[in-house]
Amino acid sequence: MSDIVLKTENLTKRYGGVHALEGANFELRKGEHVAIMGDNGAGKSTFVRQITGVEQRTDGKVWFDGKEVSFAGPIEAREAGIETVFQNLALADDLDVPSNLFLGREKVLFNLGPFSILDRKYMRKATEAALVRTAVKIPNLSSTIRHMSGGQRQCVAIARTATFASKLIIMDEPTAALGVQETAQVENIIRTLKENGEPLILISHNMRQVFDLVDRIVVFRRGKIVANLRKQDTDGNDIVAYITGAKTGQAELQAA
Amino acid sequence: MAQTSHGVGGLTYDAKKRAWPAEFNVFLALVILVGAFELIGRVFLGDSFLFNTRDNVDAIFNEQRLQIIILQVSIVGIIAIGVTQVIICGGIDLSSGSVVGATAMIAMSFAQVATVNGNPNPKAMFIDYGLTDLPVIVPVLVAIGCGLIAGLVNGLLIAYTRIPPFIATLGMMVTARGIAKWWSKGQPISFPTDSFAAIGKGLMPVIIFISLAILFQLILTYTKYGKHCYAIGSNEDAARMSGIKIANHKVLVYVIASILASLAAVVLCSKNLTAQAGMGVMYELDAIAMAVIGGVSLSGGRGSIIGTVIGSLIFGVIISGFTFLRLDAYYQEMVKGVIIVGAVVLDQWRQRRRAIGA
Repeated sequence: MSDIVLKTENLTKRYGGVHALEGANFELRKGEHVAIMGDNGAGKSTFVRQITGVEQRTDGKVWFDGKEVSFAGPIEAREAGIETVFQNLALADDLDVPSNLFLGREKVLFNLGPFSILDRKYMRKATEAALVRTAVKIPNLSSTIRHMSGGQRQCVAIARTATFASKLIIMDEPTAALGVQETAQVENIIRTLKENGEPLILISHNMRQVFDLVDRIVVFRRGKIVANLRKQDTDGNDIVAYITGAKTGQAELQAA
Repeated sequence: MAQTSHGVGGLTYDAKKRAWPAEFNVFLALVILVGAFELIGRVFLGDSFLFNTRDNVDAIFNEQRLQIIILQVSIVGIIAIGVTQVIICGGIDLSSGSVVGATAMIAMSFAQVATVNGNPNPKAMFIDYGLTDLPVIVPVLVAIGCGLIAGLVNGLLIAYTRIPPFIATLGMMVTARGIAKWWSKGQPISFPTDSFAAIGKGLMPVIIFISLAILFQLILTYTKYGKHCYAIGSNEDAARMSGIKIANHKVLVYVIASILASLAAVVLCSKNLTAQAGMGVMYELDAIAMAVIGGVSLSGGRGSIIGTVIGSLIFGVIISGFTFLRLDAYYQEMVKGVIIVGAVVLDQWRQRRRAIGA
């Protein structure tokens, strides 16, 4: 039990009469990388939103880092140690890389309330260190996000999660809008995170990517977890069968 | 933009790759404008716009004209500083001109002398209560209080009722103008104390304008407040997700803008030695125009106080230039309008070009 980072029990979310998520039981162990797969509207993003406090769950329990938690908002979840890379990259286009990494948690030289003087040198150094640690290449830290390619933006967003000592990283389709080379770069960062032993939940539609990167695959279908399989116990066709509903069953029992 | 990287992780800082600062373009426009007036003056009037041509004065530049250029924009310039940070934060403030009017009336009534030429001051509203010949700090604090209230109303409306800034500050624009007229039933208020009159004397408005501009340029560049202004104007959702307290920040932004407008009111009525209900009409639009000409993007997130200061100088040069060419004031307004629209079109064009280049 002690090596479990995140656990949900009977996690349920209904929007009026729509059952977006029903009775999801999920576990994530230390250092483990898990992929969440499923068709559009299967409940993947809903599941993440309940964990990160973006929405409030209808029913069920969540344990994080050994404690039962109920986050009022994404900021609370982040303070507890869950860093999320959102689909719509929460970056400010007109700020440079260090400013984006430290957005909302700026390091200050001395505290004068809102008029606190920023410690720009420290933030720049910390940014360089974070980018080196995640092997992210950005040509110029001083240029604004607006001037960067989609891949570079995604890398900055991911580097941000890695800058702060996080206990869990969640990525919602981090490579959906990227080219081949940029996708490879993001995947390399994920491998680096794996080497560093950082647990990760990866939402992805890319079968090859999932089999390349993660230890375990969880499949959602119509708001329910229909499969929970170790990578070596399954293959692409099997997963597709679960996603499309050709194969149903209580596969999570086998893996547990 | 080059995709190659250098050094460890491609992280070496390369000054050459820094984006061309937008302020440089604005400064270039200022230089061209001055050059154009200089050229037209030489060719058609045989006189210089910029340089001294009088034999009895020992100076290189026409210092009198330079002083007028900056003096006539410094009061609206103070407002423009506040408006700049509002626009960077993704908002707009239409109330500043009316706040100037209301504050001028209210502050002036606390800056009255007791006697004029030996008779009791006919304009002093509070003479019966003995509120005359007060120290200068009283009307200044009253003015700041007026700005604080106007800014709080603006900011709270925008942050908590979520109505568009355009509507909230439009309401304040109409209301504050009403207050300005109601305060003395439309009568102008004159006869300020000497110490109050000293605030706007000579080049004091310029000194106040430049000091405030430097202060706010530093605040926007080096403080958390400034960083959050750019972040909210650039992507409000991202700022919210990052844990920035958007509502508090917006209230503060509008409070600062209104306080700057009320300080402009103090300088204005001190300089004119009188306060009238119609003071500051259209100042809000002039201030917005100075910011826009100075490269502040109306969509938020981009711009600087330096840009706005240069924008205000462009304004001053146009007004002086037209006077210098002995053209009617009507033409000034027309050209001002064209320049404002032109600046926004240029900004849009620059953004599109960047989007393609990226």
